[in-house]
Amino acid sequence: MSLLLDSLAWLLMIFGLLFFITGALGLIRFPDIYSRLHAVTKTDTLGLGLLAAGLAIKSESVSTALLLLFIWLLVLASGAVSCQLLARYSLESDPAATGISEHIPGESDDR
Amino acid sequence: MSWLASAILFTALAGLWRITHADTTADRLLGLQLLGTTGIAFLLVMAQWLEQPVWREVALVLALLAAVITVALVQLLRGKSL
Amino acid sequence: MSLMIVDFVPDLILAFLVICMAWGAMHARSRHDAMAMFVAFGLVVALIWARLGAPDLALAEAAIGAGLTGVLLLQAARQIPAEPRTMKKTTVQFILPLVFIVLAIALFASQLFSDDALNISEQARIRPDVGLSAPSMSDRVHLAMPDSGVGHPVTAVLLNFRAWDTLLELLVLLLALSGLRQLYPSSQSAQKKSDGPLVRGPEPWPLLLAWSRFLAPLLIVMGGYLLWRGADAPGGAFQAGALLAAAAVVLRLAGLLPALRWSSLTVRLAINVGALLFMTVAALTLYFGAGWLHYPAAQAGILILGIEVFATLSIAITLTLLVIGEYEDLHT
Repeated sequence: MSLLLDSLAWLLMIFGLLFFITGALGLIRFPDIYSRLHAVTKTDTLGLGLLAAGLAIKSESVSTALLLLFIWLLVLASGAVSCQLLARYSLESDPAATGISEHIPGESDDR
Repeated sequence: MSWLASAILFTALAGLWRITHADTTADRLLGLQLLGTTGIAFLLVMAQWLEQPVWREVALVLALLAAVITVALVQLLRGKSL
Repeated sequence: MSLMIVDFVPDLILAFLVICMAWGAMHARSRHDAMAMFVAFGLVVALIWARLGAPDLALAEAAIGAGLTGVLLLQAARQIPAEPRTMKKTTVQFILPLVFIVLAIALFASQLFSDDALNISEQARIRPDVGLSAPSMSDRVHLAMPDSGVGHPVTAVLLNFRAWDTLLELLVLLLALSGLRQLYPSSQSAQKKSDGPLVRGPEPWPLLLAWSRFLAPLLIVMGGYLLWRGADAPGGAFQAGALLAAAAVVLRLAGLLPALRWSSLTVRLAINVGALLFMTVAALTLYFGAGWLHYPAAQAGILILGIEVFATLSIAITLTLLVIGEYEDLHT
């Protein structure tokens, strides 16, 4: 493996790790569930994507790269859907506690 | 490679902290979500580190089940609240 | 040397996580807390199995511990009314875990420093020269592999060398289901309740429906893949059955699958077919062949595949019934 590719892979993986750490910090520090949802489902998914890209370069195999891509796409879709589900669930179970409920479209917004 | 795996696992501690300090069940499921993603990342790194491709398949199964658990638990919990 | 210490850091974090989660699951403030902790515990245990180099167990633990158990616990919590915690911590409850922890550490330390541990590592170093004079269990498995009919040692042990154990495990699963059925209200009270309105969950969101429709086929494909691969690689009937059960649970909760009812002959047949086929094969080998569950080497592969396919079906349906139950049966 050329030095260039290897350092690119490590760069991607370190950026991925940084996103993981940011997501973890957000999960701990953010004040309410809606902002924490962003920290986990978006930041961590991006972190996993960067990490998987780095690992795909390091693995030097097309089939492994495709498998990693598939895993990442699955986590991407799962993260997006889980974020929606959890947000809707917390709105439905306790809309008053958030203080932002008046800005959120109601049940009719069921695209 | 092992320090990368350690660092990823270290962020899983945040998920643990969130589950123990959760106000709502959605928070707990969110902590689980983080643990699931870090678990997948850890397995992927380990597959490369130890050169054992089987861990990528375990990661795939984990990704599927992390998706399942959120869907199933949210639907179950909604049934409870009504 | 320093590199070796770095390699232990993930293990240390995993050990710390698993102890924290076990503690958290036992001493959680609420049942939802305990449920989330237990699912997290299952997830970390799956990672630990992965770290220990046991992919079969990691797959099973990921599917059962991290997937189905959470749903099972929440479903149970839903049906059993919450009661205030009146349990007082007695001195014994503090001392007993402490005793166990001390014992475990003592056992670990004694193994670590005993001569046996040294001997084993010594043996491992000189085993290639010793040859077959003192074969260990794994050596014996590898020697017998050509006659097993499969290519993966774990599958060979589970379904050929120790098939008797696996058959009993299938029966344990059946026992668990029949035990659960005893806990259901009797048919008379079910009859009475059937006059009342049918208790149904809320209408699932379209997003949830669409995602379930997408997720379930993926789970089924992955289950089939694990079953098919089980002969030559980690995977097998139990992991495949658990994934199929997860698919059934998702579809059932989204209301896309009709309830699996014990009263249906097909469901009862599907639940029992794995164990029945297994026992038929066992009886046939006893009568015509070399003995109870001693497959003829030529047909071992096809026999194992047949048993695994039907065992997967049985495990999937049994787990589905165990996890989401047939609580709507109360209203039929």
